[in-house]
Amino acid sequence: MNDIIIDAREIRKTLGKGAGEVQALRGVDLALRKGELTLLMGPSGSGKTTLLLILGCMLTPSAGRVTVCGTATSDADKEALARIRRDHIGFVFQSYHLFPTMTARQNVQLALDIRGHHGRDAARKSRDALALVGLDQKAKSLPDSLSGGEQQRVAIARAFVANPSVILADEPTSALDGDSGRAIMRILVDAAHKRDRAVLVVTHDPRIVSFADRIVRIEDGVLADEQADESERRRLPKAASWP
Amino acid sequence: MSLVMTLATRNLLHDRLRLVATLIGIVFSVVLVMIQMGLFLGFGHMVSTMIDHANADLWVLPKGAKCFEDPSQLDVKLREKVAAADGVASVVPLVIGFSDWRLDSGEVTPVFIVGSDVKAGGLQPWNVVEGDVRSLSQWGAVAVDRTYFDRLGIKKLGDAAEIHGHKVKVVAVTDGIRSFTTTPYVFVDQKDSRFYTGMFPSKASDLLVRLKPDADRTKAVQAIRDRVGNDVEVLTTAEFRKRSRSFWLFGTGAGAALFAGAILGVIVGTVIVAQTLYSSTKDHLSEFATLRAMGSSNNYIYGVIIYQALFNAVVGFIMAGAIGYVVVRMTERSALPIVITPWLMAALFVLTVVMCVASGFVAIIRVVRIDPASVFMR
Repeated sequence: MNDIIIDAREIRKTLGKGAGEVQALRGVDLALRKGELTLLMGPSGSGKTTLLLILGCMLTPSAGRVTVCGTATSDADKEALARIRRDHIGFVFQSYHLFPTMTARQNVQLALDIRGHHGRDAARKSRDALALVGLDQKAKSLPDSLSGGEQQRVAIARAFVANPSVILADEPTSALDGDSGRAIMRILVDAAHKRDRAVLVVTHDPRIVSFADRIVRIEDGVLADEQADESERRRLPKAASWP
Repeated sequence: MSLVMTLATRNLLHDRLRLVATLIGIVFSVVLVMIQMGLFLGFGHMVSTMIDHANADLWVLPKGAKCFEDPSQLDVKLREKVAAADGVASVVPLVIGFSDWRLDSGEVTPVFIVGSDVKAGGLQPWNVVEGDVRSLSQWGAVAVDRTYFDRLGIKKLGDAAEIHGHKVKVVAVTDGIRSFTTTPYVFVDQKDSRFYTGMFPSKASDLLVRLKPDADRTKAVQAIRDRVGNDVEVLTTAEFRKRSRSFWLFGTGAGAALFAGAILGVIVGTVIVAQTLYSSTKDHLSEFATLRAMGSSNNYIYGVIIYQALFNAVVGFIMAGAIGYVVVRMTERSALPIVITPWLMAALFVLTVVMCVASGFVAIIRVVRIDPASVFMR
């Protein structure tokens, strides 16, 4: 139980109003544990992004309870939710969302800067984080001069430089080729296994299931049966694997 | 050092065209306010220049006299009463008024006569560049400013003309004693001034009072008031300066017009900066949303916007200051020089910062509405 970083219980979320009302989540239970890389898979409109937003403290559930590192999020206001994100969560976005005018090192350092860590020590930690993703030689490069895979690696370095307890990644490989996608997933696996973090990857991408410790499927706002990674991998067609 | 400044500066420099437009807006606004206020100060100095240069601690004026140029008169016999008051060292009558100056060509131009007892001091011309003020005690001697030579048909020291039918000769030339009314000042001895202005010997325009060095100013004023009665007023030089400026600047509406121009400058500047900062913020909304998603506090994001506003303010102010310096140099010998004091510069800097930061709040209002979840939708 102590290994649980994010614990979501009976999560329900209603989006829209009146005739446009949609039950995006209908009683979801999910726990993210440290040292474990979890894949959240499901078709478009299944509720996976809504669940990610709730787990990432950007959206509050209509019902149910979420705790992040033991802190309940249900009564928190926007600033308190931002503080929880700042203290415990690192994000990796599908479109990287790097700052185009800042170098790779500065992009990473921003994650420390918003936490009040400035100066040389923050710069050194940022360079170290870039080295961990193999980009120490690109520290002074602007995002525009980096490939998609390199940009995503910068985004990952930014996500874990402040040593968060959990990393939430939204489709981190969807815009990448096979080699880049594999490199990204290896970094995320290392973040989970070697650095004892909880990692949740939301994805459509069947090529990355081999990296998962655990695969969670969601459909119509309900978690389908959770499957052990081995059985899921066996179910995948060969063509879906990376070459 | 925080990356707030780096992020803010890079955001601004990222779109240089917009930065240039913002800075032009700020410079236009600050220069407009600077010139309006500089004119205000210049005008204020000009309308009180005679009061500032008079050798007087106190002024005894006809009741209700609004300014130095006021045509009211008082009884010159009051001089003895004032002189007898405790603390008074000397009393010099001043005779002022409009007259007509006839050029050699026969053309006539109005002049403003300033007549004071040359030997007793009082109000004598300053910035004398040619001739001798002491020569004003001679009959028909006058001192004029060289900026009015063309107007008065004068070419040099020693040239002659005619005031109100009396022959006069230029015995002293000054530099920079200009009148805001555009009517040239002509300094003469008091005895002559009565012929030129038509003022009776029993009358004077004002009495200039010098106090003894150890005199108590407040007590001296009261002592004089007790002696002269209610038909005249006794003002300190500072009080008379304030009254004169107040009359010309606000009583005539000239000051209000200058202030209106300054306020217009502030409004224009604020609107331009607000519009460009808002537009810049809007262009970087996804970045601010990313910061928010990463867990940044609102204050961190406000810091970026406020720093952008401060950057605009400082750079814009420096550019405006440089232009202001040029304008001051260009107008310093004009009929109405623009006066920019260190205090005005300090006030303008504060105004520029306030204007830019206030503009930043418009952008902040937009940022407050950012939904960090939007990062996942793109």
